[in-house]
Amino acid sequence: MSYNAAMIPRQNPLDDAYAGKSAETRHLKPGELSTGTTIMAISFSSGVVLCADSRVSTGSYVANRASDKISQLHDHIWCCRSGSAADTQALTDYVRHYLAQLAVETGRPPEVKVAAHLMRRLCYENKDHLMAGVIVGGWDPVSGGSVYNIPLGGACISMPFAIGGSGSTYIYGLVDSEFKENMTRDEALALCKKAVSHAMARDGSSGGIIRTCVVTEEGNVKGYISGNTLPYGPAGW
Amino acid sequence: MASSGSGYDLSSSTFSPDGRIFQIEYASKAVENAGTALGLRCRDGIVLAVEKPLQHKMLVSKTTGRRIHTVDEHAGVAITGFVSDGRQIVGRARDEASNYFETYGTKIPAEVLANRISAYVHYFTLHGALRPFGATTLVAAYDPATKEHSLHMVEPSGVSYEYYGCAAGRGRQPARTEMEKLSINPKHQQGGGGDMELIDVQEGVKQLAKIVYTLYDASKDKPFELEMSWLCEATEWKHVGVPREFISAATEWAKKEIEEAEEEDDDDEEMEE
Repeated sequence: MSYNAAMIPRQNPLDDAYAGKSAETRHLKPGELSTGTTIMAISFSSGVVLCADSRVSTGSYVANRASDKISQLHDHIWCCRSGSAADTQALTDYVRHYLAQLAVETGRPPEVKVAAHLMRRLCYENKDHLMAGVIVGGWDPVSGGSVYNIPLGGACISMPFAIGGSGSTYIYGLVDSEFKENMTRDEALALCKKAVSHAMARDGSSGGIIRTCVVTEEGNVKGYISGNTLPYGPAGW
Repeated sequence: MASSGSGYDLSSSTFSPDGRIFQIEYASKAVENAGTALGLRCRDGIVLAVEKPLQHKMLVSKTTGRRIHTVDEHAGVAITGFVSDGRQIVGRARDEASNYFETYGTKIPAEVLANRISAYVHYFTLHGALRPFGATTLVAAYDPATKEHSLHMVEPSGVSYEYYGCAAGRGRQPARTEMEKLSINPKHQQGGGGDMELIDVQEGVKQLAKIVYTLYDASKDKPFELEMSWLCEATEWKHVGVPREFISAATEWAKKEIEEAEEEDDDDEEMEE
């Protein structure tokens, strides 16, 4: 038996589950939470800075205004999550599990490169079912501080800095012009805060507070800036 | 061997009353009668050497029945014992190395490779339906992450240890005694050894050739081919065969050394008379 075009049932484009959704939210399944997000990471001389906004939304409803999109994968390896909250949580759980196993088998701290490779494998091999853009960053004894960007299709790119999420489109120019090689910890942290606050001001799906995490050999320092003291935004206008 | 033949040696899944597994001991015996395999950890790399007996005069010796195999860019193994059993281990070692790289994106560390090989070998000592491997494996590997090189040996029982120098096969005992005289162990250097530098791979190739020819008795033993490989700074830490001209130069040097030593012995004897 052969098929022809007439045999394929016609579908009314208005009948689908995404009907009535804006371009920004039509990739979500009904009820799915999105971290419509701004995330970034910069590697500096002795480590990395990771930074993220805190808004979690379902369409136009803000489900959580103070979430933490910076997750720990190992002692000195972290990641920033964007896309589906459920997908990225599951992914980080897997990578955390694999890294813990690897650390036991090898008896040494895993490399950031390995964490990024595991994340990219999961993202690539399940790309049809996932909505996840992840930035992996951290410190290891082999390479020092490093940042890997793993965008939607499951590529894995080593970068001196990376930005991601819906809000990142507003700050490419800003970060490109302000980024310098070999920044100090404080310069990198300041750039992250400035850039993410600008993205939060323009992007409707980013907002809340800024969360940061500075990873060096000495350890991890988590921090935040509350929404009324952002370097740029409604409070400062 | 005590209590062999009383039924406790029929399977590797049976312990004897005094807590031994005879099938594993028989597998070790199979290795003890095979050509000598040697491994040496030098200052700037690892050298592997195997004495390959030539069973037949018409054998194309340099290409068939290899005892040294490359497992990964930075890892190689030397096998002795049942060569066909050894090839099974080589195949598994290659799978482990490529799987690790596929999964984690970095090269398999030496101790992980050795542990995975020994887990495989050990598995064959657990089941009544399986026969333990009659082969011992020397694993030479370099780890790009730590920039360290190391030498491991996996025995038919499935145990593996790391060594400065190790030997398996017929001449293993005298070979070990000879290797203990070489400066390869940094721990001994700090003691009474003075500040003698550890030997490099060039010297290692010569010393291994010397050990092999010292143990060889042309009137009793079968003719053999000396197979050698290294993994060192000079090869960019890749596991490759030692160039044939290096092996023949080392062989000539070794034979001359041995001859001179014998002449000295003869002189000593004459003096005594």
